[in-house]
Amino acid sequence: MLMLAFDTATPAVAVALHDGRAVLAEATTVDARRQGEILAATIASLLARVGLRPADLSVIAVGVGPGPYTSLRAGLATAHALGGALDIGVHGVCTLDVMAREAAPACGRDFLVATDARRREVYWARYGPGGERAEGPGVGPPASLPASLPTAGEGPWLYPDTMGPATGPRYPSAGVLAAMAAEAIGRRVPLLPPNPLYLRRPDARVPGPVKRVTPEPTAAPVAGRE
Amino acid sequence: MSGPLVLGIETSCDETGVGLVRGQDLLADAVASSVAEHARFGGIVPEVASRAHLEAMQPTVQRALDGAGVRLRDVDAIAVTAGPGLAGALQVGVCAAKAYSLALGKPLYAVNHLAAHIAVDQLEHGPLPRPAVALLVSGGHSSLLLVPDLAGEVVPLGQTIDDAAGEAYDKVARLLGLPFPGGPPIDAAAVSGNAAAISFPRGKYRDGSYDFSFSGLKTSVARWIEARQRSGEHVPVADVAASFQEAVVDVLTRKAVDACRDHGVGHLIIGGGVAANSRLRALAAERCAAAGVAVRVPRPGLCTDNGAMVAALGAELLARGMPPSPLTAPADSSLPVTSVLVG
Repeated sequence: MLMLAFDTATPAVAVALHDGRAVLAEATTVDARRQGEILAATIASLLARVGLRPADLSVIAVGVGPGPYTSLRAGLATAHALGGALDIGVHGVCTLDVMAREAAPACGRDFLVATDARRREVYWARYGPGGERAEGPGVGPPASLPASLPTAGEGPWLYPDTMGPATGPRYPSAGVLAAMAAEAIGRRVPLLPPNPLYLRRPDARVPGPVKRVTPEPTAAPVAGRE
Repeated sequence: MSGPLVLGIETSCDETGVGLVRGQDLLADAVASSVAEHARFGGIVPEVASRAHLEAMQPTVQRALDGAGVRLRDVDAIAVTAGPGLAGALQVGVCAAKAYSLALGKPLYAVNHLAAHIAVDQLEHGPLPRPAVALLVSGGHSSLLLVPDLAGEVVPLGQTIDDAAGEAYDKVARLLGLPFPGGPPIDAAAVSGNAAAISFPRGKYRDGSYDFSFSGLKTSVARWIEARQRSGEHVPVADVAASFQEAVVDVLTRKAVDACRDHGVGHLIIGGGVAANSRLRALAAERCAAAGVAVRVPRPGLCTDNGAMVAALGAELLARGMPPSPLTAPADSSLPVTSVLVG
C-alpha cells in the first residue's frame, strides 16, 4: 500500500506518505492563506523525496474538517481530482479526530479539540480518555464549550482566557491521519466519505424589497424602513 | 483534427465549466451552473458558488470526457482560470487542475479569465486577428482591451468605474420584477418594447475615455419607475427594458468602435455573458459594418463562462511554446488582464 494523506482544515498544510506500516515522508507548512499554493507542490516534493511517482499511490486519506471553507476545499478538491485521475479510493477522516488521537495518551482524562472557526468561534469536539469522540463536532463561541478541560488544537492559543489548558498538538499531523486511515482500512472499518464538514450554512440573506432612490412624496420620516 | 488535447477548467463565478479542445477544435464543453441556487438572493453568493463547484467538479469533468470520447490520460495539458473572479470559487478549480497536472504528469497553464473570453472565439472563427480590440462584458466585468497578441500583450483601454454591464441588467431586472440573472429576461422583454420610449442617460458617453459607468443609469431607471408608481401609473416593462438596454449597448458599441478607429484596428471581438445579448450583437454588427470594422462574437453558449474558453487559451499558449505554470501558481481574485498566464 502507498497512501497519500493530507489535511488543510487548519492553517497547516500537512502531507504524509504511508506504506501501511509506517510514515515514509511527512511535511507540514503553516500558512493559512496559501494552502492552495502549497499543497500540490508539497505532494510532488514528498513523492520525489522517496523516489515514487503519483501513479504508485494506491489510496488517499484526506482531512474533511471541520475547518475554514476555502482552505478545507483546497484539500478536498485536490483529493477528489487526484483520486479521479489515478482511479484510486479517497477516504475522509475528521480533522479533530486526528488531533485527538495524538493528544489522548498525554491527557489521561476527558479533553477537547478546538480549532479556529473564525468569527470568534471554534470548531470543537469532546473526547474520552482513550481518544474516542464523545460529543461533536460542533461550532460555537469558546465560552459555550465544556469548561476547563485540557484542549488540543489552536483554540487555547487563540482564546487563552476562556479555553484550556492547552494540550496535545496545535495542528493535525498527516502522519497520524495516515496511520488512522491505514488502521481502519486494515480492519475494514468504514471511513468517512471525502466530503467537507462545513457545520455552518453559507451567509446569504434573501434581499428585502427594492430600496427607493427618490424621497417619499409625504414629509413623513422614513427612519427605520429597511 | 490534430494538435495537443487540452482540458480547461473554469470556476471563477457560478459556472463549473470543463472543456476539451484539440488544437483549435472544440471537442466538449460541459457546464454545471449553480445560478438557480443564487436566484432567490438576487445575486451570486460566493460561498454557495464555491460549495457547488466542489460538488460539481468531478461529474462535470467526467461529462466532458464522455462527450469528447477521450480518457483523462489522453490529455496533454491542463488549463485553469487563475483569476480574476471569486477567491473561494477560483481555489476549487485551481486545486483540481493542479491535482490533474500532478497525477497525469502534464503541464499546467493557470490563465486569465478575461483573456480566455477572447481566446474562445478561435474555436468558432479561426485564428485571432492581430491586432484586435476586445470588448468584454459580463456580470463581473466591462472592459475594452487592445490585443496586439493574446499570448504576448494585452493593453487595457478602459473599464467600468462602477457597476459591470451585467450587474446593471441584474439590478434593473429586479426593479422590473424580472428574475435573476437579469440579462435574458430583459433581452426578451425588450423585444416587444420601444427602445426610444424613454431617454435614459448614457454614462461617460462623450468623455473621451474608454471607461464605462452604469450606476447612474440604474438609478435613473429606478427614479423613472418610482415616479410612475407614485402617480399611480402602469410601468411599461417592455419599454423600460428596451430603453434601458438601448442605453447600455449604445455606449458599449460606441466606445468599442471608437477604440478600433482610434487605434487603427480593423477587428473587434466581443465576449462575456452580456455578449449573448441580442441587441448588443445586432447594434455591434450594424455599427462595425458602418465603420469598416470586422466584428466577431462567439455563439451565446461560448460567451457565458465555460471551460472550453480556458482550454482554448491553454491550447494557444501551449502552441506558442509558453512555459507552463508551477504547481505553486496562486489563484488571484484580482488578476490584472495584462497577466494572461500566471508564471
